[in-house]
Amino acid sequence: MLTFILRRLGVMILTALCLTFIVFFLTNLSPNLEKLAKQQANNRMSDEQVVTWLAARGYDDPVIVNYGRWLGVLPHFTREEAGEVVFSRCADPGMTAAEAPRFCGVLQGDWGWSTVFQDDVLAILAERGWQTAKLMFFVMLVMVPGALLLGVLAGMREGSKLDRSLSTVSIATTATPEYVSGVIFIAVFASSAVGLKWFKGTATSAMENITFENFTLPVLTIALYGMGYIARMTRASMTEVMTAQYIRTARLKGVSFGQIVMKHALRNALIAPFTVIMLQLPWLLNGVVIVETLFNYKGFGWTLVQAAGNNDIDLLLGVSIISVVVVLATQLLSDIGYVFLNPRIRIA
Amino acid sequence: MEPLTWTGNMGDVLDPILGISAAALVVTSVLAIALSFVTASDRITVNPDGTVAAQPGLSGLATRAQGWAVWAVVATVVAYIVTGMVVGWQGGGIVGGMARAFTPVWISLALLFAASYAYRRRLGLYGKLFDSSIGMVGFGLVMFWVFTALWAGVFDLIYMHDPLSQVSGMKNEVPGSPLSGAEAGQYPYYLLGGDNLARDVFSRMVLGSTIVMQIAPLATLFAFMVGITLGLPAGYYGGRLDTGLSFLANLILAFPVILLFYLLVTPEIVQTGLPNYMALVLFLFPLIFVGVLINSRYRTQPATRNLYLGIAMAVGLLLYFSLVMDQTAPKPLFRVWPGFLDLFDVSGQVLIVFVSVVFVNSPTVFRIVRGLTLDIKTRDYVAAAQTRGETPWYIMLWEILPNARGPLIVDFCLRIGYTTILLGTLGFFGLGLPPESPDWGTTINDGRRLLSVYPHPAIAPALALLSLVLGLNLLADGLREESLRD
Repeated sequence: MLTFILRRLGVMILTALCLTFIVFFLTNLSPNLEKLAKQQANNRMSDEQVVTWLAARGYDDPVIVNYGRWLGVLPHFTREEAGEVVFSRCADPGMTAAEAPRFCGVLQGDWGWSTVFQDDVLAILAERGWQTAKLMFFVMLVMVPGALLLGVLAGMREGSKLDRSLSTVSIATTATPEYVSGVIFIAVFASSAVGLKWFKGTATSAMENITFENFTLPVLTIALYGMGYIARMTRASMTEVMTAQYIRTARLKGVSFGQIVMKHALRNALIAPFTVIMLQLPWLLNGVVIVETLFNYKGFGWTLVQAAGNNDIDLLLGVSIISVVVVLATQLLSDIGYVFLNPRIRIA
Repeated sequence: MEPLTWTGNMGDVLDPILGISAAALVVTSVLAIALSFVTASDRITVNPDGTVAAQPGLSGLATRAQGWAVWAVVATVVAYIVTGMVVGWQGGGIVGGMARAFTPVWISLALLFAASYAYRRRLGLYGKLFDSSIGMVGFGLVMFWVFTALWAGVFDLIYMHDPLSQVSGMKNEVPGSPLSGAEAGQYPYYLLGGDNLARDVFSRMVLGSTIVMQIAPLATLFAFMVGITLGLPAGYYGGRLDTGLSFLANLILAFPVILLFYLLVTPEIVQTGLPNYMALVLFLFPLIFVGVLINSRYRTQPATRNLYLGIAMAVGLLLYFSLVMDQTAPKPLFRVWPGFLDLFDVSGQVLIVFVSVVFVNSPTVFRIVRGLTLDIKTRDYVAAAQTRGETPWYIMLWEILPNARGPLIVDFCLRIGYTTILLGTLGFFGLGLPPESPDWGTTINDGRRLLSVYPHPAIAPALALLSLVLGLNLLADGLREESLRD
């Protein structure tokens, strides 16, 4: 088991390095850097001035070197004039270039400076991430029990009327992307022109104070899209368990149907959905970005859109580290959890 | 001119009927589900003469009632469409006007369904689709949009207004508003209202289907070619090749899709020529696929092989270079192909959308094909082919692939739906396609700013996208059920 986890961790770190390098490469392409230079210094710079500006800050070094610096394994760029350090990327405001540390990368906890929000990247991510964590908590609270109930009810009698109706419902929810269901929900429940006016069409106020009125629609929108898929997996696992020999034995013993479902089938049927729920987490990121944009809820997804739209390289890199780590961690957790939950699988 | 109501004069008769039949459908459906719980299943009685009769009982009765209610609803909907097609403006209202606009689509759908239903026993898996009601509904929805895209985009038979022209006074007008200052020969109404730039919502929705139909199926097909060409050898040979390719696939899969889109689909990336390089690599796979397919089949007959391979490669290379090369590309590498052989140019914006959608989809296809290959390669007919001395590629492409077709066809349908969702996501964030493009994602994005005051410009494309994706999902479900029954 330990070697299995260690090997998975190794692959995970390798994947994380590759992915962050790809993001680094794509965000540091020359047109992006040119835009950055013009944003930071002067919008009407000539091409030569841009090149000098970038060279003076070390942006023109090879990508792999800059990646190493950003990661914190190579000393960061410094410019020396007459044997004295006059510029260091590591110098924080109010620090002279000479006394700045040599390394300042992600590993040292220095994630850079956001040009859009004019704040430290790590601080922004912590604040925005907390908002999204609240959103995700409620999404999970709605989605997981709902999906499991849907799947178990559909799967306990395969081919029955209830099964076919619930399966069609779950197909319909998987076919409704968040930007469609969100738009329909707002029009029906929040529109001031024709709608029912039960809820609010924006969730901005939910950042301080979560109420039923301002948080229902965003949570429902994300939960609905993920629900169908988990429900179908639960149904598949439930139908498989219900055809097992031990269920037939229980039936022949004369155990009632409700008892069979609750006591005998349910526990085994819920192993597979656990993996699916864990793997579904990163997919929710898509929904989070869409819903936070649609409902104007300033969380992690909203930050991603702002960073990408405004060429905020450091912030975008920070966002990608977080999302890549979340994806890989959930994959690892789902693998380990599956081995723990399912006693039939033994890894030497 | 008076504005149109939703169902016009025909609604006086048909609306109550629809209400009653829909209510009956809901009641009977709930009843049928509830009764299937409390009552016993079919009782089978043996008659004294030895024959057997099934007694459906109370739940059977509810099921039959449900069936009749479904037919009542379907008949009412057909009545709406037919009446709408024949009566005038005020008679048919908005629904009637739309039914009339879609006339060529209804005719083609009716012909297709009649022909397919009549010959369904001779049409293989496609014919079996007409045995499952879910599959038929899905197929109907999909073909509705396919025909709409065809008749509107290619033959110009459906939409009435230019999707880009703005008419003064029509800004944010509600559905059914008469066109201000309509000239003779011009369509006198904005059936689904105007958007915030005073363009016709209905025409934009109809033309949006053309854009989706141009990109989604083709991109899915390309993703399948890439996934199959890499997945077959990965599963068949295993070993290092498999480890390497699987690592790459997992790498792409671990990337949050939305982040990848935000990094790839930007004007800056188009400037660097990266999409052209990716296209250069990705579009090579269909060419390799077709080449290897023909070569492995006719390897023993060199004359036939050379003929087929020559034709396929000539056509394929011409298309490949036309697609990849661009006389106006920023990099000189993409201008080496002579202009007279460059049949068509794809604009950088569309190319990057296409490439990134293929790029996102192909790892999943790779994983599916690899898994299927791992399963099928242990079968006896593969061992027989190996003993016969067939080449590995022959076994992969002509023994394993045809036997994996069932799950692949089902996944193909699902994946077109997923690609449609991805295209919508791109449009929703204003990435890739030009901002005035009538595709559904972009239109939803335009409409969402004024959503709580004027919901109609966003609702129409949202429902259109929903119906197409739902249709594809239902179609896939029907196909899966019918292919499992074999």
